[in-house]
Amino acid sequence: MSEHVPHDDFGSRLGMWLFLVTEMVLFGGLFIAYSYMRAKYPGEFHQAGEELNVTLGVINTVVLLTSSLTVVLSIVAIQRGEKARSMGLLASTLGLGTVFLVIKSFEWAAKFHHGLYPNSAHLATLPPGEQIFFGLYFTMTGLHGLHVIAGMGVLAWILRMLAKDQVRQDHYIHLENGGLYWHLVDVIWIFLLPLFYLAA
Amino acid sequence: MSTPSYLVDTGPRKGVAAWLTTTDHKRIGLLYLLAMTIFFFGAVGIGVVMRLVQLTVFQKLVTAQTYNALFTLHGVVMVFLFVIPGLSAVFGNFFLPILIGANDVSFPRLNLASWYFFIAGALLAVTALFTGGGPPDTGWSFYAPFSIKTGTNVSLAVFAAFVLGFSSMLTGINFITTTHRLRAPGMTWFRMPLFCWGVYATAWVQILATPIIAITLVLVILERVFGIGIFDPAKGGDPLLYQHLFWIYSHPAVYIMILPAMGAISEIMPTFAKRTIFGYKAIALSSIAIAGVGSLVWAHHMFTSGMSEFANMIFALLTMIVAVPSAIKVFNWVSTLYKGAIDFQPPLLFALTFIFLFSIGGLTGVMQGALAVNVHVHDTYFIVGHFHYVMFGGTGFGFFAALLYWFPKMFGKMYSKKAIYASWFPMFVGFNLLYFSMLILGLMGMPRRYFHHLPQFDTLHVVATVGSWFLVLGLLMFFGTLLRALFKGGQAEDNPWGGVTLEWTLASPPIQENFEAIPTITHGPYHFEKEGQG
Ligand code: HEM
Repeated sequence: MSEHVPHDDFGSRLGMWLFLVTEMVLFGGLFIAYSYMRAKYPGEFHQAGEELNVTLGVINTVVLLTSSLTVVLSIVAIQRGEKARSMGLLASTLGLGTVFLVIKSFEWAAKFHHGLYPNSAHLATLPPGEQIFFGLYFTMTGLHGLHVIAGMGVLAWILRMLAKDQVRQDHYIHLENGGLYWHLVDVIWIFLLPLFYLAA
Repeated sequence: MSTPSYLVDTGPRKGVAAWLTTTDHKRIGLLYLLAMTIFFFGAVGIGVVMRLVQLTVFQKLVTAQTYNALFTLHGVVMVFLFVIPGLSAVFGNFFLPILIGANDVSFPRLNLASWYFFIAGALLAVTALFTGGGPPDTGWSFYAPFSIKTGTNVSLAVFAAFVLGFSSMLTGINFITTTHRLRAPGMTWFRMPLFCWGVYATAWVQILATPIIAITLVLVILERVFGIGIFDPAKGGDPLLYQHLFWIYSHPAVYIMILPAMGAISEIMPTFAKRTIFGYKAIALSSIAIAGVGSLVWAHHMFTSGMSEFANMIFALLTMIVAVPSAIKVFNWVSTLYKGAIDFQPPLLFALTFIFLFSIGGLTGVMQGALAVNVHVHDTYFIVGHFHYVMFGGTGFGFFAALLYWFPKMFGKMYSKKAIYASWFPMFVGFNLLYFSMLILGLMGMPRRYFHHLPQFDTLHVVATVGSWFLVLGLLMFFGTLLRALFKGGQAEDNPWGGVTLEWTLASPPIQENFEAIPTITHGPYHFEKEGQG
């Protein structure tokens, strides 16, 4: 039924960019909340930031950046018509995404172990600014984590399209758009790293 | 006519199944129209009950808690299910592609998905009434810290609003892409009808502001479920932050409500004045200006919330400035009539009513922009009167005007003009009795969201309640007339009003494809032969 609109790759890409804008504004709201609170409690944010493991944060950054690179290479591969290579690269992105999530869950588990989670008895004994810091930390990294999972879902679906030749050398807009989304997930993390891990 | 109209099922599916799986932008527009009309009347019913309660005889009808639930529900339904989707969802869907010479929107399936998100949000909102701790009682603004403390079912209601926001965002993405990509050959930006400008500017606000409310509502849910503390003063959080985030969206949202209505009025004026619109570019660009400056005035809802004096002054100034582009439009509409060959028809009557009521709403808005006045009238019936003038008198009457204007095109039927004139009278009189009394009550000090009032306010409350009866009578007559026309109305002509924009070149109702051949545009939108301009 929808066939009375001509096929338009540029339009699809524009639509995707607009969607990314909404995602950025979504996190933008959280960045506003973060700045508001940080201006209110500069010292305590510094204090609480010490609790985070900078090494793990940086490793995860490298993991995500690499995963973005493999998506780009996957697009290059399909443009050259190298289907197997393109699929392999996309699969490595999925693998790296999983690594990211595993590392992240270790970090979260450690925080829980130390009683640093919203509504915990221990957190309630800390100064208000630190409570807010962890409230924001869990909200923002949690929401980002959900985006990683969603992005992996999208990429897995595109992998299937690649396998079925629905994405191919002369028609790879889905892969491009999926890649754009994955870059967004990456970029947001690049903001989260300094805001939380390097706050100390 | 050999080619069947879009109302005839031609695909494999028939009847309801065909409608619920359609990707035709015209049908989706009608799906919205149907759903929104139902919501509108539901919320009107609640409004009438709230008015009844203010009569001494019916005081015992509801408890204070029920009254809280009533105004919350009324506000949520009217705002999120009627005026925010508003003219964009119905007429934007139906006419944006036609007016720019396209056969559909850029993403037809996404368009249908948006409608389903809309319905899902509505169903969630209804579910919230009957589950959990009972109907939410926070008011439509869900202010923290009350919204994070109350035992009523706020989480689900807020989630419903989140889903509705998603629907609105996807529509925005669709309309922007459509406007950029699907304009017919020769349809340059400044040859687009002004309704398209209104919908286009709105779409930008939809995608730039809606995510903020989405995240704010998520924070409310997280606060209620996990206690993250951001809005909770006990944990170092700040309710003022909630107010900022809420209004960063919700103020621009009032422009989501009004811009498409202004666009529709800009279509109606030239058609019935039979001359090109006065100041086309000023109107087009003022839509963008409103969308832009409108995003910077949110904190004028918070003058009494404890912001710094300096912030208050800046926001008061910006608020005064945002009135300018709106006023530009009003002057242009009125100037369009000057020396026009006016053909007085129902859509024009409602468009003029829009201008009248919206001007009262706008001017009372400027009054509140002044800091000293604001402190006096904050949270009084003055506010309630003001926003009904803009939302109902503005968007609501704009909606009615657009409906009257495009009804013959959408359904291929003509309504009884006499019956519409007859419905206008009780509507107009009732409206002003109801809401002008509220303005005065507010200046006298009647606070909003109170289920009882002090004896000195009696008289005006009675006037307002009687007004609400006239208003509802008029509404019923209005929609009754249109309903009757659907079933018994005569066949409408293809161009009943002598309009010159593209929709009037099509059959009434249009064929499924819109255009058999995409037209080539050679001149501006309001090109009236006799006058030879445009
Ligand atoms: C016949 C129609 C209507 C009647 C009788 C009516 C009446 C009322 C009344 C009595 C209140 C509560 C005042 C208070 O106690 O504070 C109210 C609130 C409100 N109304 Fe209406 N109204 C009508 C139509 C509309 C329309 C068309 C809209 C929007 C387009 C609207 C939007 C609102 C909103 C947003 C509130 C504020 C709710 C809150 O305080 O959270 N109403 N209305």
